Amino acid sequence: MALVLTEEQSLLKETANEFLQKNAPITEFRKLRDEGNADGFSRELWQEMANLGWTGILVPEKFGGLDFGYPGLGVILEETGRTLAATPLVSTVLLGCSAIQLGGIPAQCEEFLPTIAKGNCLMALAFEEGAHHAPNRIVTNAKKTSNGFQIDGEKVLVLDGHVADHLIVAARTSGAADESDGITLFLVKGDAPGMNRTRTAMVDSRNSAIVRFNGVEVGKEAVIGEVDQGYRILEQVLDRGRIGLSAEMLGSTQEVFGRTIAYLKERKQFDVPIGSFQALKHRAAWMFCDIELSISVVLDALSAIDERPEDVPAMASLTKARLSDTFFHVSNEAIQMHGGIGMTDEADMGFFLKRARVTQHLFGDAPYHRNRYALLGGY
Amino acid sequence: MEAIEKFRIETREWLEANCLDSMRTPQPENEVVWGGRNASFKNPDSKVWLERMAERGWTAPMWPKQYGGGGLNKAEFKILREEMAALKCRSPLASFGLSMLGPVLLEFADEHQKMEHLPKIVKGEIRWCQGYSEPGSGSDLAGLQTRAEDMGDHYLVNGQKVWTSYANHADWIFCLVRTDPTAKKQSGISFLLFDMNDPGVETRPIKLISGSSPFCEVFFDNVKVPKRNLVGQLNGGWTIAKRLLEHERAMISDMWSETYSLEGLAKEYLGEQDEQISDPLLRDRIAQLNMNTQAFQLTLDRATEELKSGKGPGAASAMFKLYGTEQNKSRYEILISSLGAQSLGWSGDGFSRKELGITREWLRSRGNSIEGGTSEVQLNIIAKRILNLPD
Repeated sequence: MALVLTEEQSLLKETANEFLQKNAPITEFRKLRDEGNADGFSRELWQEMANLGWTGILVPEKFGGLDFGYPGLGVILEETGRTLAATPLVSTVLLGCSAIQLGGIPAQCEEFLPTIAKGNCLMALAFEEGAHHAPNRIVTNAKKTSNGFQIDGEKVLVLDGHVADHLIVAARTSGAADESDGITLFLVKGDAPGMNRTRTAMVDSRNSAIVRFNGVEVGKEAVIGEVDQGYRILEQVLDRGRIGLSAEMLGSTQEVFGRTIAYLKERKQFDVPIGSFQALKHRAAWMFCDIELSISVVLDALSAIDERPEDVPAMASLTKARLSDTFFHVSNEAIQMHGGIGMTDEADMGFFLKRARVTQHLFGDAPYHRNRYALLGGY
Repeated sequence: MEAIEKFRIETREWLEANCLDSMRTPQPENEVVWGGRNASFKNPDSKVWLERMAERGWTAPMWPKQYGGGGLNKAEFKILREEMAALKCRSPLASFGLSMLGPVLLEFADEHQKMEHLPKIVKGEIRWCQGYSEPGSGSDLAGLQTRAEDMGDHYLVNGQKVWTSYANHADWIFCLVRTDPTAKKQSGISFLLFDMNDPGVETRPIKLISGSSPFCEVFFDNVKVPKRNLVGQLNGGWTIAKRLLEHERAMISDMWSETYSLEGLAKEYLGEQDEQISDPLLRDRIAQLNMNTQAFQLTLDRATEELKSGKGPGAASAMFKLYGTEQNKSRYEILISSLGAQSLGWSGDGFSRKELGITREWLRSRGNSIEGGTSEVQLNIIAKRILNLPD
């Protein structure tokens, strides 16, 4: 069990911290939002991240990557969470690259992994269809044709769907709407005829899109894994997504907590720092404990992906549930403890509250994962 | 072969040869071995097991060999724990001497005191109790009033302690006393050791809401204590007292054995549907608690990995004490909810032994967040010493 970072991982974390504080501080995120940037992120910054090897962090060396494993990606995501950096790391590396590695045939790996590693290919995972996380509830249909498949349907909450060069789409090839059997994963080009992408403006300015499929044609070679058997891969990809996103949430949580503690020491009322009031101290101390537990589960879950595959589903649910609750709670308290100033757009607190709401929902909220954790535990 | 692997194999072989069969079964509460002059062994095998382990110093695996300890380093200690867990070996000795007093004697006591007391703790020959809380000083521990006057060749102790765990079974006491009534309260406290058989010491058990009496009042009436029984500096006891509390918190947070499966009992008493607990709200609470338990255990493991050898548990022990005890209370609340009316019995017919046991343990668990420093005190410690929030 790896509950402390190795020297290499610590070094990577430091590098990521320095790079992001310098090149992607929260002011940059604010600028992207205020300017209404069409991509929602900086392509120039993305290339610099690729130069640092971040886009290829999961990719094996023979495909031009660093092969640093999920704990490596985790420390980078944690640091992006601290500065709320807008990057396609979750969509392209955490989800896209994982999906290709887990389900791709050799030809797909050869085509995609090197270009992902170079930072030349943006990916998106299109699976969600409704207002609540339900990865098996898929009605988007893929009908067999003479050359391959024809896809019809609509996907929501497709992270970076508006800019992706390739989308991985979960569609139904057989079975009823709620069945996990009969789902197939397809690679679809971003400019495929019949596909319509609408960027959605999210409350937290995270980049997401609605993607509509009107008779989109794909060949047989577009299938990832086997026809009708895509759910098994999708769940594994989502578990990586849950754990990696939790690492990002952990970074955001620690940042907003640190800012709040600093404010408690600085803000004076009744001639004393408000941090001297026990009503606030005790709540701060409880948050500290919850964050400490969050650090432990994120570290363990990340190392489980590489070392203990059998533990991954339960650890993913445990981690995503805990971080959803903790980030939400800490960001709420941050606003309350900052008082009126926390309500202003100028203070950054609101960014964290909004981000907490969105990340809570993505890939399943806390009740969803408590239910799943219980099912996995046989109760 | 690496030395450490060799140690593992030797340890496994020794445990297999020396740990008796009955010592590889779950330990009922009444078979816990506390040692002491009047030690009782409900199961005779546990006496043999204690003697064999003590002989190797493995009741105190990391203490230096010259004081009877095992002299193991961290890696070896970890292996011993793992191998004992693998064979389901019982802990040979439960003792405040091992978990609380010993570590501070190693840090603060003089050589003579170490040689006198540590080997007896290792062998379970002397049972210790903790003279800390007083009627007027619970959370405000430093306000304690029990006095020790300097009478030239000895100290004369007068006063009263309360909530002293198992004082009625203890042979010796480690006791906080006021030696300078004029100094700032933390600066006038000393750390004394003395025999509970000394003239002037009297104990009275206190009956709790659970019906049991694990705590006592202890009265001191002109108790003469030799000067050599002062640990550390005169009026320097508060530093030792605080360090001992860190060890106590670490012990308490590590204490919760999961004797009952929450989901198992919930299924038994509420029924199941498609293998799920049929009450969805209780099921959600159980999942949440099990998740928190796992997260807490991982955090204890992480602290162990981070702990540099020789360093005490530090302020983080406040977090473990707080979280471990609050969690244990929640665990019993859920058990009681699962049992429903079967949790409402006090004794006799209509309730199984297990049900009555859970009810008593639930009542007892309410004290977890009070003893060893209340949850509120732990929150204060975290705010002050970890978050550096102002007074």
